[in-house]
Amino acid sequence: MEILVAIKRVPATGGRIVLTADERAIDTRHLGFTVSPHEECAVEEAVRIVEAGGGSVTAVTLGPEVATEQLRDAMAIGADRAVLLETDGREWDPMETAAAIVDAVQAQAAAGTPYDLLLFGNEAADTGDYQVPIRVAVALDLPWVTGVKALELRDGVAVARREAVGGGWEEFELPLPAVVAVKEGINLPRYPSLPGRLRANKKPIDRVAPTARPSGPTMSRLRLPREEAHEVEILGRGADAAPRVVEVMRTLGVVRS
Amino acid sequence: MILAFVEHADGQLDRLSAESLALARRLGAAVKTGVEAVAIGGESLAAAVGRHGADVLHLAQLDDGDAYVPDAWAAAVGDRIGALGPEAVVAPGSVRGLEVLAVVAARLGLPLAANCIDVHPGDPWSVTRQRWAGSLLEEATLEGPVKLLSAAPHAFPADEMVAGATDARIEPFAPTIGERERRVRVARRLAPETGGVSLTDARVVVGGGRGVGSAEGFAMIEELAGLLGGAVGVSRAVTSAGWRPHTEQVGQTGARIAPDLYIACGISGAIQHIVGCKAAKTILAINTDPDAPIMAQADYAVIGDLREVVPAIAAALRRS
Ligand SMILES: Cc1cc2nc3c(=O)[nH]c(=O)nc-3n(C[C@H](O)[C@H](O)[C@H](O)COP(=O)(O)OP(=O)(O)OC[C@H]3O[C@@H](n4cnc5c(N)ncnc54)[C@H](O)[C@@H]3O)c2cc1C
Ligand SMILES: Nc1ncnc2c1ncn2[C@@H]1O[C@H](COP(=O)(O)O)[C@@H](O)[C@H]1O
Repeated sequence: MEILVAIKRVPATGGRIVLTADERAIDTRHLGFTVSPHEECAVEEAVRIVEAGGGSVTAVTLGPEVATEQLRDAMAIGADRAVLLETDGREWDPMETAAAIVDAVQAQAAAGTPYDLLLFGNEAADTGDYQVPIRVAVALDLPWVTGVKALELRDGVAVARREAVGGGWEEFELPLPAVVAVKEGINLPRYPSLPGRLRANKKPIDRVAPTARPSGPTMSRLRLPREEAHEVEILGRGADAAPRVVEVMRTLGVVRS
Repeated sequence: MILAFVEHADGQLDRLSAESLALARRLGAAVKTGVEAVAIGGESLAAAVGRHGADVLHLAQLDDGDAYVPDAWAAAVGDRIGALGPEAVVAPGSVRGLEVLAVVAARLGLPLAANCIDVHPGDPWSVTRQRWAGSLLEEATLEGPVKLLSAAPHAFPADEMVAGATDARIEPFAPTIGERERRVRVARRLAPETGGVSLTDARVVVGGGRGVGSAEGFAMIEELAGLLGGAVGVSRAVTSAGWRPHTEQVGQTGARIAPDLYIACGISGAIQHIVGCKAAKTILAINTDPDAPIMAQADYAVIGDLREVVPAIAAALRRS
């Protein structure tokens, strides 16, 4: 089973977001970088499938040179190789991102080892465009499903389960090859081991120059949502605050009598 | 014309669809054009859709009835775009709304702006959309002969129009659906697991973060939740450590909750956690650090070690 898993480098913002002076990006000078938890789970799922049934996992990202850090992270938990669709740092829109991933998938097929399964995160952590996996599936005429929280492969069929509106689950069956976008909760990703990290440094990263074809939406500026100014009322310190807490709970009407 | 894709459950217009009709109505007024709706099945929606401002309800008649066959639903919407030439298509910010519109966009080769909170028609159209699940906003321009947009959940009112509402006129249509569009469908439905207070319906949620310290530490969080008839919620630090299941995670990649009271114990208040709980009416933070970011969101706080504070609150509740 040949599996492609697509990840996107994003800043690990903590308690608040600070923008650059031109308001066109997050100020990342004091931040680390990561990928969406959904994508961490996609990598873990791919590695588990290959551990159980053989094959290989390729991680792909479209982003600047520094995004090799996220590809190494994926290889540290078990991806076999990686492809960097290298950009000059401009933010690519979801249409051109999908088109570049499609090109990479087709190049792999032309080389004789087509992917059987394309795994994605459900939505990117930063832009949350909710469309790259579907655009890839439509362009390649592949069956697809999003929001997946349980995945099983049986005889060339992917059985994928996701939460249904109004509770419970809905299950889809997709003939492979297929596109599957997963959500955090599908598995609990392992932490990379030290030997895993060392091995990752020796694994190959293919660099490809993707074709730019901007189409939008085109970001003009970022801004923080307006927050209503409000003061926190300190009810006290330590255990002594408990009676005041219960008083507040009473006024809120949440204490059961 | 502005075309709104609407969904329904048990014959009722669903809430997010009502919100997206509010966006469609706004756009219709701005461009001085009418609003029409398109749905898969759902004769009973004519009155509701009319009260939300649509003149016509285009009803797709599919061989699969109203079973969810995503590509077929997208083909039906695409069929009406071809036949009616709307200026824009608006979808609800639901799982199905987002994915059906994404297929439509991919097939037409058009850009799509997901989770918009504001839209201004013009040349070009400008949109404000959510990034980072709403922690950050993006102002962007949107091109294309048909503007494709989805409404962010809870960014538009779900209210009906007050004046001038009549039932929408039903216009059935039967799009041609190929075999490839019917490849993927809901093969089976599984009933929800029962038992316990559900996180998203609970009036009180007691949240535990890394500060709880261990899986065992959650006994006191569960006890407090139990005393209040509430549910346990957790941060990602907790699920990543394997202390609690992901079904309890609150935040960007977990559940969005809106209880009357959220008690955040040992949670720092990262933006990805806050987007999941900011709809709570009241937030009480229990934290050793008076400068934790959660304090900027909380209405009340207790500064102290949760391992002392939480049992003391439980004891006081039991006494009262
Ligand atoms: C794309 C993305 C998506 C994410 N999605 C989510 C999500 O859905 N949900 C989520 O929660 N996170 C999410 N995160 C992670 C998030 O950024 C934070 O890392 C996480 O919320 C931190 O959890 P925490 O507050 O429990 O831990 P910490 O940030 O480590 O905070 C622990 C807090 O406990 C306090 N504390 C310690 N000991 C005690 C004590 N004895 N008594 C009282 N207080 C104590 C400390 O002062 C501190 O404030 C996401 C991150 C990314 C990048
Ligand atoms: N720049 C990128 N590089 C690689 N994969 C991406 C990129 N952008 C989006 N994706 C993939 O597409 C998924 C959905 O992204 P989006 O449609 O942008 O919300 C992500 O979780 C990734 O798996």
